[in-house]
Amino acid sequence: MLAIDKKLVRDLAQMKGQAAAIAAVVACGVALFIMSLATLVSMQESQRAYYERYRFADVFVNLKRGPRLLEERLAAIPGVSHVQARIVRPVNLNVEGMSEPATGRIISVPEFGEPKLNALHLRSGRYVEPWRENEVLVGESFAEAHGLEPGDTVKAVLNGRLEVLQIVGIALSPEYIAQIPPGSFLPDDRRFGIFWMGERAMEAAFDMESAFNDATLKLTRGASVESVIERVDSLLKPYGGLGAFDREDNVSHRFISDEISQLKTMGLFVPAIFLGVAAFLLNVVLRRLLSLQRDQIAALKAFGYTDRQIGWHYIKLVLLIVVIGFAVGVTMGVFLGKSVTGMYAAFYRFPVFEFHLDPPIIVASFAITAGAAFLGVIGAVRSAVSLPPAEAMRPPSPPVYSPTVIERLGVERFFTQQFRMILRELERRWAKSLLSSFGISLALSILIVGNFGNDAINYLMQLQFFVSDRSDMQIVFREVTSGSAIHEVSQLPGVTYAEPFRSVPARLRAGHRVRQVGVLGLQRNPELFRPINAEEQVVQIPKEGLLLSEKLAEILAVQPGDPILLEVLEGERPVLNVFVAGTVNDFSGLSVYVDRLWLSKVMGEGEAISGAFLSVDEQSSDELYEQLKYTPAVAGSTIKVAALRSFLETFAENILRMRAFNIFFACVIAFGVVYNNARIALSERSRELATLRVIGFTRREITGILIGELSIITALAIPLGLGLGYFFCYLLSFQMDTEMYRIPFVLHSSTYATAVVVVVLAAIVSSFVVRKRLRSLDLISVLKTRE
Amino acid sequence: MEAKAVFSAKGVTKVYGRGDVEVHALRGIDLELFESEFVVLLGHSGSGKSTLLNILGGLDKVTAGTVYYGQQELTAATEHELTQYRRVHVGFVFQFYNLIPSLTARENVALVTEISEDPMTPEEALGLVDLDHRLDHFPAQLSGGEQQRVAIARAIAKQPDVLLCDEPTGALDVRTGITVLEAIERVNRELGTTTAVITHNAVIADMANRVISLSDGRITEVKVIENRTPVAELKW
Repeated sequence: MLAIDKKLVRDLAQMKGQAAAIAAVVACGVALFIMSLATLVSMQESQRAYYERYRFADVFVNLKRGPRLLEERLAAIPGVSHVQARIVRPVNLNVEGMSEPATGRIISVPEFGEPKLNALHLRSGRYVEPWRENEVLVGESFAEAHGLEPGDTVKAVLNGRLEVLQIVGIALSPEYIAQIPPGSFLPDDRRFGIFWMGERAMEAAFDMESAFNDATLKLTRGASVESVIERVDSLLKPYGGLGAFDREDNVSHRFISDEISQLKTMGLFVPAIFLGVAAFLLNVVLRRLLSLQRDQIAALKAFGYTDRQIGWHYIKLVLLIVVIGFAVGVTMGVFLGKSVTGMYAAFYRFPVFEFHLDPPIIVASFAITAGAAFLGVIGAVRSAVSLPPAEAMRPPSPPVYSPTVIERLGVERFFTQQFRMILRELERRWAKSLLSSFGISLALSILIVGNFGNDAINYLMQLQFFVSDRSDMQIVFREVTSGSAIHEVSQLPGVTYAEPFRSVPARLRAGHRVRQVGVLGLQRNPELFRPINAEEQVVQIPKEGLLLSEKLAEILAVQPGDPILLEVLEGERPVLNVFVAGTVNDFSGLSVYVDRLWLSKVMGEGEAISGAFLSVDEQSSDELYEQLKYTPAVAGSTIKVAALRSFLETFAENILRMRAFNIFFACVIAFGVVYNNARIALSERSRELATLRVIGFTRREITGILIGELSIITALAIPLGLGLGYFFCYLLSFQMDTEMYRIPFVLHSSTYATAVVVVVLAAIVSSFVVRKRLRSLDLISVLKTRE
Repeated sequence: MEAKAVFSAKGVTKVYGRGDVEVHALRGIDLELFESEFVVLLGHSGSGKSTLLNILGGLDKVTAGTVYYGQQELTAATEHELTQYRRVHVGFVFQFYNLIPSLTARENVALVTEISEDPMTPEEALGLVDLDHRLDHFPAQLSGGEQQRVAIARAIAKQPDVLLCDEPTGALDVRTGITVLEAIERVNRELGTTTAVITHNAVIADMANRVISLSDGRITEVKVIENRTPVAELKW
């Protein structure tokens, strides 16, 4: 090893505490970067390969019933390359060991050869065989949730008849990477299952001989989705077409796309903070080192080392710290990435979904990290090495202090000498002091961001499940039913109150903006399901006009009072000129609420209902569940407790885990900044402090000077950090504002308080380190060393 | 035999600062140093001797005047050329040694030999200053005189053409100072390295071939010493 490199290694060993703190900050940034990006790329790649290999459709359409012959006419639409007509039906399931009903969707597949689109990936067992009744393939997530294997059976109500489905295989489909029940916004593996059954068997079971009620289309490259949708709709209109939609409205696809966009945010935003802090710390530490080594730099120059060689020497020192942090970060990132991928694997079913770290990601993250570090120190290095050697040989001229604001105001007599020294130091190096405060405030803001998810979800749950939706259960009828059916529902065991609703698929048009949505007709004064506004107040259902999710209003660029075109995609398909009556604040999906009776009127159908919200006596709920499993008129039911539980189970764990990571990361930053600050203050001022000791100051007094400085910097950081945290959370909630779900911008005071406590603790620990060092301050040797 | 001029300086002026705080460190110095010569630049603090040495060593720039090293005009050299000049031709010894505290004696010397073309080994260089028994000691483990001898070893290891010493004994007591001067003298004698030592200590001047006295930025006297005093007999 060259002597100059030995110097580098020993310099690094000398500052190992600070180097470790910086490396830790770098490691956190790199870990988050690697985790997010590698997971992102893994997911995008899995999705791309899956879609391509298993021919994920581009356009989807449901209809009431159409003859098989239509398939050819669909295929003849310009821009369509493949069509797969099929039968898709909801089923009620009765799974052993589960009291509440589960629902599912059963989809027909050709008995000979695989589906032309949305092909299945067989995990185990075999494909369905022709001419066998009731043979099914089951989706992997449902099978796993219930321990189902090929050879097992599941009871299901098909077309009003209780049937025993024979599971022959377990499969995956690109259409259901995330299996999300209708009306929900989260996958629910236990209560929602996808099944595939042979076409002939399904035709027989559902009286659909030579007919279909669902089609998926693959388009040719460059085909216009809009024009295909238009042609499909006009072709299927006589057959009860419910409006074709593209991938963007496919729930599974949307869920993954949203997650990918959130990962992008996470993967860039948070690591950027860490790398910024690391660059700042490197700058501070290196500046100090360079000023301590002024004479060494001069000597090196005198021996004929070039500026470039000396600069590179210090850059190498920085790079060494970065490389150490990077190596730890990659290891941590892989660990985190695997852990996150594991969590995702529970939501997303890909044939192959593994954490995969591509070399380009490693290279890119190293380049970014090293680049940030380089930017952080290059100025300091350049100015240090460009000092003429003769000048560098002389000690730097004494720093210029000036009277502080206190003296200028003439109130110095109220302050102690020590306090004035502290203020002068802070004022003289105000930029550095501010940056230190800023660094600490970033740590604080990360802590706030870390807890923000928790606050938001609590708020969301409270609002969604206890203020807005106060029902215990929701049932959906298989067919639109007369309004009087609500009385029969009220008679079901355990039902204390039933509130009917009517829902229809529709398309909303405002100018050139179009969105396909479900319109929910509610009671004018609902008791159980009550839309709320941004002020958390219940919104009255207007007699006329539409209530829109704020997000939907934003997408359509409409405001209350604006006209809007409502094209109902069911029954007589009325097209109505209506207006936006108001907006509501909801956190998932895009909703439209109208008066139920108004909806029935414009549909020209008398009073009709699609389902009901129920209030259920808990004591009798099992009895109710049992009865519902065998009630063919009920196509599906969502139990709120179950929904809540599944929500909590899936999300709470993830959120807790992410929170733990965040707190850990924030502590690393807080400690890294405070500790480095303290160490540098100590190094810069040990001579001065030793002098004070020699002339009679007590240890306590000189400790007070250093710690006082740290305290002021930390105190300044707190309001700044609170503000930053608020701002970052706002940005995040803005970023996470997707069609699928929205994170409300809510922050509890306890979140602020926790963040402050953690930062203050980090500062206290750092000041203990400083105090310990000051105790062992060797007065003589400090005074002897020339600076 | 006519001695060859290693350095020739003409009208060298150096002004620090400007306006009110202008300091004239050198006010028109004309000077020649010859091959293998041992020259002492004598002067009080502030006489400009360090500035002159720094300029000869390519560490500092002149305000006016010219300095030639052989055929090379140092005053016209670029930063890069000056670096090359220092790297190839000059050995420095500083008043405060300027050793790298994180490197051992051997490594401090190696620091220079590693960037030189035809250096002696660090061990040879340290042997010349009688430090072959302290190769692996860090500066903090060495006495002041030992540290300065390491600095000398470091300066001569590259076999420089000139050795420039800035108050090499300034921080040392008499006895230690003598061992350091002995080392410098030995290098001059055995290797024939042109040597310039600056000092404010007139006694040291007696060991030189020539003594150039400076005061207030001007050369006041140039004295050729016929009977050089052996270092061991110097007293101050």
